[in-house]
Amino acid sequence: MKARVTVMLKSGVLDPQGKAIGQALGRLGFAGVGDVRQGKVIELELDETDQGKARAKLSDMCEKLLANTVIENYAIELR
Amino acid sequence: MKAAVVVFPASNCDRDVATALEQANGAPPKMVWHQDASLPDGLDLIVLPGGFSYGDYLRCGAMAAHSPIMRDVIARAKKGTPVLGICNGFQILCETQLLPGVLMRNASLKFVSRDVNMTVEGANTMFTARYKPGQVINIPVAHGDGNYFADKETLDRLEGEGRVAFRYVEGDNPNGAARNIAGIFNESRTILGMMPHPERHADPLLGSTDGKAIFDSLVSALS
Repeated sequence: MKARVTVMLKSGVLDPQGKAIGQALGRLGFAGVGDVRQGKVIELELDETDQGKARAKLSDMCEKLLANTVIENYAIELR
Repeated sequence: MKAAVVVFPASNCDRDVATALEQANGAPPKMVWHQDASLPDGLDLIVLPGGFSYGDYLRCGAMAAHSPIMRDVIARAKKGTPVLGICNGFQILCETQLLPGVLMRNASLKFVSRDVNMTVEGANTMFTARYKPGQVINIPVAHGDGNYFADKETLDRLEGEGRVAFRYVEGDNPNGAARNIAGIFNESRTILGMMPHPERHADPLLGSTDGKAIFDSLVSALS
């Protein structure tokens, strides 16, 4: 089973990289761009076949390593 | 004082801090490789040095926090063995949750390498006894991710419990850290994490000895 984990800074946490990207887009002439946030995508292959078990395992991975839950949220997609 | 310095792949301040410890203590610390399963017995101090462990992959300190030696570091720290984490060492202490909060990317998005002025907020600990409360000291920083962040309740708790060890002087905050925080203690004040590098100002040859008092304080408290 393939999984995709998206890790994003929580709203309210300043994201200077997202801000810099937004400013650069403005300089390139892209008008009307609001808030820009930058995150991470991590793709994993699991030998698990049960969706529920895979999801539980991935949550555990996120809590322990993939995300720092002080500042980051994570979302799990299974494919 | 029996001290150990943990060496991770891409630690780069391990030998500097070992020199500062040896000068203060008269004996060199044990250098412990991150793959070792345990620390030497009877340690009085564990130091997590500065550097870019594991290339700062994923998040600064995230990989090092789970390296084999850290299990014993965490166990000893929880039993009260003093731990000093400098720069990357501070990031690792936050990732292991021995200290609260996190070190985020500098607000300027730039790597900052310069001397900063900071005040000693938490004197009277084993790390800072040789400083006067409120003393301003000049210590180098060199980091890209030193922007201390925690939620408001945690920051209020740290301040209320007097656990802010060092604070950048107003106007000299190099990274955007919340409330100008440069270093914090754990609850029992046996763990100190700080972004500035006291070992880089611990010898007259380096232009300043403002950082030396940390090592001297530890030696007199732990010998």
